[in-house]
Amino acid sequence: MKILTKRNGIIALIILAFLFPIIGQNDYYLHMLTLSFIWAIAVYGINLLSGYTGYLSLAHAGFFAIGAYSLGLLTVKSGMNFWLALVGACLITCAIGFVIGLIALRTKEHFFAIYTLCVGYIIYLVIDKWEGLTEGVRGLIGIPAPGNIGPITFDTAASQYYLVLVFLLAVIIVMYRIIHSLTGRTYMAIRNSEDLAQTIGISTMKNKLTAFVLSTFFAGLAGALYASFIRFIGPDIGSTSIMFDLLMYLLVGGIGTLSGPLVGTLLLVILSQNLQFLQEYRMLIFGPLLTLIIIFYPRGIAGAIFDWKIKRKDKKPPVLRNDVSIKVEEG
Amino acid sequence: MIIETKNLTKRFGGLAAVNNVDFVIKKGKINAIIGPNGAGKSTFFNLISGFHRPSSGTVIFKGIDITKLPANEIAALGISRTFQTTSLFDKSTLLDNVIVGHRLRTKSNLVDAILRTKRLKREEAACRDKAMEVLEIVGLTDVADKIVASVSQEEKKRTAIALALATDPEIIFLDEPAAGINPDETEGLTVLIRKLNQSGLTICLIEHKMHMIMNLADHIMVLNYGEKIAEGTPKEIRCNEAVIKAYLGGSASAKVI
Amino acid sequence: MDILIQQLFNGLTIGSVYSLVALGLTLVYGILHIPNFAHGALYMLGGYITLSMMTLYGVNYWFAMFVSVIVVGLMGVLLERFVFRLLREAPPLHDKIAAIGILLFLEAFAQFVWGADFHTMTSPYDQVVNIMGLTFTMQRLLIIVSAIVVMILLYLFLKKTYTGSTIIAMSQSREGASLVGININKVAMLTFMISGGLAAIASSLASPINLVFPGMGHLVILKAFVIIILGGMGSIPGAIVGGYILGFSESLGATYISNDYKDIIAFVLLVVILTVKPTGLFAKGER
Repeated sequence: MKILTKRNGIIALIILAFLFPIIGQNDYYLHMLTLSFIWAIAVYGINLLSGYTGYLSLAHAGFFAIGAYSLGLLTVKSGMNFWLALVGACLITCAIGFVIGLIALRTKEHFFAIYTLCVGYIIYLVIDKWEGLTEGVRGLIGIPAPGNIGPITFDTAASQYYLVLVFLLAVIIVMYRIIHSLTGRTYMAIRNSEDLAQTIGISTMKNKLTAFVLSTFFAGLAGALYASFIRFIGPDIGSTSIMFDLLMYLLVGGIGTLSGPLVGTLLLVILSQNLQFLQEYRMLIFGPLLTLIIIFYPRGIAGAIFDWKIKRKDKKPPVLRNDVSIKVEEG
Repeated sequence: MIIETKNLTKRFGGLAAVNNVDFVIKKGKINAIIGPNGAGKSTFFNLISGFHRPSSGTVIFKGIDITKLPANEIAALGISRTFQTTSLFDKSTLLDNVIVGHRLRTKSNLVDAILRTKRLKREEAACRDKAMEVLEIVGLTDVADKIVASVSQEEKKRTAIALALATDPEIIFLDEPAAGINPDETEGLTVLIRKLNQSGLTICLIEHKMHMIMNLADHIMVLNYGEKIAEGTPKEIRCNEAVIKAYLGGSASAKVI
Repeated sequence: MDILIQQLFNGLTIGSVYSLVALGLTLVYGILHIPNFAHGALYMLGGYITLSMMTLYGVNYWFAMFVSVIVVGLMGVLLERFVFRLLREAPPLHDKIAAIGILLFLEAFAQFVWGADFHTMTSPYDQVVNIMGLTFTMQRLLIIVSAIVVMILLYLFLKKTYTGSTIIAMSQSREGASLVGININKVAMLTFMISGGLAAIASSLASPINLVFPGMGHLVILKAFVIIILGGMGSIPGAIVGGYILGFSESLGATYISNDYKDIIAFVLLVVILTVKPTGLFAKGER
């Protein structure tokens, strides 16, 4: 019965999402939602790697920027068809992701975080300084909107909203299927304890690399959609402040949960739109929020609800915290 | 004979944690490794299971040299192990923790996951069945749907053993299975280990609880400062001069009962 | 030849600042295994406090620096007590994220209080001195000398005092330290205090030759991470040597390679190091 209501709720939400442009009739909200969905796709990418596989990547704003710039350059400078360029942008991001992952994943924990932070910074610097290719700080202008598919055009706010919504749903379905499959269990086993995962015969490197490349794919896809939606990109989209924004969406929504990225992104994007007046200072609130969440609700809103449900189901309250990695001591 | 080590040595910096150990693990028996703290027992396990690369020497499993194989390939050959700390995922059920144990016998990949192929569904069912089967063996069927965080330490230990069993091993290495649990539970674990052994599984364990070992093991090796100082049946070990000296004379902190 | 010497001197100056920042980072890492991403924000805060003390209250440079050290040191203590202590048993991911949260807060806080503008800090030591035909500003000489004095004091503190030795003991083994009766919480707070103090000294020294702005800690902290990976996470001599190595490579790189890309040198260095040795140079042997 419970499953049924949950399923119905999700169906209702999807219908609502599809009807929104018709009910809402408000381009401002439509724009905001479209943008949130784009960010959410990137956050799903980070979640796959950091939430389910246990590797905190701080380079994903960089991959987002690579996706965005690949699309921008392919369409603006090479005059490529939008859809071809979209595929190209994703492939380029994945290829770079593969090479970086191959090296980065040899490091662990803190080293991985620091390494990816530096990789992210290098990506940002290269985009910023390589004016010959990227136009540097001037940015890339005149990126075309998505091209027509037969009779369907994407020049209105509503049509772009639908396009992004479809991509987002596809990403969520893919994520859902992964985490409810043996592959997802494998990633979670690696997150839980890499040593243990190896003893039960899991090739950790191969699996981590697959997760890493797929997560860069999501980030690159989001970047490419962003470029064609905003029509202008600058090096800032690869900066650490974007990275930290994405991380915050993930953490508030719930790292390692399926709904977390969407919940967190929507909530925070809407919240910061309504707190426009403190745009510059929003981190005065969000910074401590991030710290408090990781201390008291390490799996965010979605995780807190999940724990609460378990608590209700299981009379014995589960011990919170101390969860993910208990290191193996050797004598 | 199922596993044999020859001149197995591991040095960390200048110190030999395991020094020139020749050991034969007998097929179908309960083998045990004992020794004072820091004697190199866990390192010895780590060398066999592929966590550390030996500085020198070889490990042979059923005639195959596995010295240089990575841990996951060693597991695939049928060698399984547990750790001192159970490392289970606290927030999911025992069943969910154990299901992934059979992953190494499956082939489905990311594409299968995304497309929900028949192969994936079949293999998921197989993993689930396997998990239920091993949970039954270790006596946890009733609590299979409980969250790990809500079960007892002993049940966690059993779950860890179930996870190791889900890989379909021929031999299982248990690293201090009874650490941190009370005497009654230790007795239950002894019964379980004997039962596993009777079903044909070769066992090799490290344990500090001496009377448990003396009751259980068919064959014991004693390590001290990384070197093998004695080997034999519990009876032989109990009367061995070198062993008594190592436990009573040196820096020993283990309890001889 | 003159250019080379001039650049070596510059390297020494930047290297001194890097070393001080890296020292604070490595101390905290050595004791608590926290990669403190907020360390750069403490550095930034130190610069602002010194600057404000001088401009608002007109106090002497050294006294302003002293106040800054105390305030930022206490800030470090607060962070340990109210954030990192609560996360001591949590997975390693949590420390990093908490530190990022603090970093974001402190930066927004600085922007809120002092604005987003770039400020210059005028030091009383802006004279130019001539030594053997080379010109140096006093401030730069001061950075080098002060940094060396601070390092020596830190060394003496760690090696010759009981309190200092508890820090060393704890960095070698937390369990061991608590077994011999060392109060881990106290040592952790003390370490954070020293770490914050070092960051404040570094930024107060460096600000007169750089600028004070909310994002001034970004690059410095990233480079400090590179340094402690270069020198071994938790190693004190490693942080010092690494700091100078990076200082020299940057000032030489800026001259002989490209000024545009000089900031990238550190990261390329890091990427190369971690590519060759994933656990960092001088990693403690696996056990």
